[in-house]
Amino acid sequence: MSAIHPRTLYEKVWSEHLVVDETADAPAVLYIDLHLIHEVTTPQAFSLLDQRGLPVRRPDLTLATMDHSTPTTPVRTLKDLQIVGADAAAQVVKMQDNCRQFGIKLLDFDSDQRGIVHVIGPELGATQPGKTIVCGDSHTSTHGAFGALAFGIGTTEVAHVLATQCLLQRKARTLLIEITGDLQKGVTAKDVILATIGQIGVNGGTGHVIEYRGEAISSMDMDARMTICNMSIEAGARAGLIAPDDTTINYLRDRPRAPKNSQWDAAVTRWRKLCSDDGARFDKVVTVNGTALEPMVTFGTNPGMVVPINEPIPRDGDAGFKKAIEYMQITPGKPLSDARVDVVFIGSCTNSRISDLQQAASILEGRKVAEGVRALVVPGSQQIKREAESMGLDRIFEQAGAEWRESGCSMCLGMNGDTVPTGKLSVSTSNRNFEGRQGKGSRTILASPLTAAASAIEGRVADPRPYL
Amino acid sequence: MNPVTRIQSRTVVMANTDIDTDQIIPARYLTTTTREGLGKHLFNDWRYRADGSLNDDFILNKPDSAGCQVLVAGRNFGCGSSREHAPWALIDFGIAAVISSEIADIFRSNALKNGLLPIVVDENTLNWLLDHPYAEVVIDVADSTLTLADGTTVNYPIDRFARYCLLEGIDQLGYLQKRQNEIRQFEENRSWTP
Repeated sequence: MSAIHPRTLYEKVWSEHLVVDETADAPAVLYIDLHLIHEVTTPQAFSLLDQRGLPVRRPDLTLATMDHSTPTTPVRTLKDLQIVGADAAAQVVKMQDNCRQFGIKLLDFDSDQRGIVHVIGPELGATQPGKTIVCGDSHTSTHGAFGALAFGIGTTEVAHVLATQCLLQRKARTLLIEITGDLQKGVTAKDVILATIGQIGVNGGTGHVIEYRGEAISSMDMDARMTICNMSIEAGARAGLIAPDDTTINYLRDRPRAPKNSQWDAAVTRWRKLCSDDGARFDKVVTVNGTALEPMVTFGTNPGMVVPINEPIPRDGDAGFKKAIEYMQITPGKPLSDARVDVVFIGSCTNSRISDLQQAASILEGRKVAEGVRALVVPGSQQIKREAESMGLDRIFEQAGAEWRESGCSMCLGMNGDTVPTGKLSVSTSNRNFEGRQGKGSRTILASPLTAAASAIEGRVADPRPYL
Repeated sequence: MNPVTRIQSRTVVMANTDIDTDQIIPARYLTTTTREGLGKHLFNDWRYRADGSLNDDFILNKPDSAGCQVLVAGRNFGCGSSREHAPWALIDFGIAAVISSEIADIFRSNALKNGLLPIVVDENTLNWLLDHPYAEVVIDVADSTLTLADGTTVNYPIDRFARYCLLEGIDQLGYLQKRQNEIRQFEENRSWTP
């Protein structure tokens, strides 16, 4: 017998889901273990099934919720919930109809398990190591934090998975990103991933699946690892992976959809084998010095345009840089710390989990949001909302003058009525600072929950470290 | 899907790098339940002024751009969100191919499933195209070639299966459905169940 060829984590999960292997003439047929769906990218997929008279092959492997258009305004009863815009309301009704018609469990507005799709998958224990997970949303990469192969797909592919539980895929190249050393106080997962994107570029991961490892990753909790994997797509990589370890297993234990009893033991045994073998070959390797990192802020119109918080933004750059500087109305060669902030958004599938909210609260406790700043705190799920309220975080936010909301995607992409007004500057814990992302003409600076909270207090882009 | 074999058209040039799908179609227009009619919101916030009038300075609004079916764009076109509304909007507007030196993974996959050709070329070819707006190009799918107005012909990479589907107008869902037996076997034989 020949020696066993050392394999990467990606290769292991990939090969375990091959229904038909790829050839030069045809892509692989890859089996999907969990299909997450939401209201925005599914209606046309269900229509395709309708037209062809096809059922959903595995409703039991499909999990549905509403998050993008979900209002986050606190309401007394669900009847008071007002969806902004007739089209969005119609889309929500369509989602309810489709789930009913095709027999899919929908975590609807009245569910205490609803929330942002990438928050509830892990929270319910549906996201597990070694699974293949897809969703019509590019931030599906989030679930890779558990050692699952998880990536975003388009609506046509959503139809493929609904109808066959499979996708046609070509094997990706692999990129190993090692974050060495321990992070300094005040430096979080968000700063790590922003710095990494700054280093490799917004196309640095195109065509690749990323695996993250190193001391900084090993010592992170699951919330932080999800922040890292979430933004893999902002480097162009469809998926990011972190090998499961004790932290992963302890997180999943006793979650509602996690395996139980003897199945749990068998699963843990299987999960323990999910790591890249010694000597496994990656197509590309990048090292990031974690110890040297500082809190990071973006200054431009993509997540790769990023600087340490107290450093000046570059003096000059290419045409894209010039266009971004003009749009952002900032001065080249100066630090961002003088920029007046109008809105602070703490939320999104990147940074809306309980530890994110605790970090923001640790700075806002006993302090006030600066006059003229609107601060919005949107938990990632109803469960996180309840957990935060049981810890008294809601009162800390409200006493500081911030708004405490129901869960949803909210101001990350402004589909639900929560938007940043034209020309206003937002410090946001979300994932994209694209032109108009948070509302037409809005200007976005991406930052960690700590930096966002400090900026809310000072009314300008502020270093959180003096508050810690 | 209709077969796509050959495109002959003048190019419209957007030199910006990293054009993301939020620019191609902003999130607030994703509330539809059909694929049609999204062309009016293509590049919405660049195409229209705040008052809703056409921005005459924007390239797609220039008279010369009318009828151009090939969009030439700077590096890393289509990055960001997985919204298939981006290729739907381009197609609805009348674009049949996008040429860049790099095209984001999910956008490229979505484009191919709708018969929109994502063509990746080397930097030199892209630079020539960026320097020659409205030049006539010919894209041949069977040969995987792009012929420029100066007669230069370059090959572009395309997955063989994707090319076959384009040429024959094959729908990939139909192809997957023919694998039902293998899918059932996989489900029956796997060592653990999700």
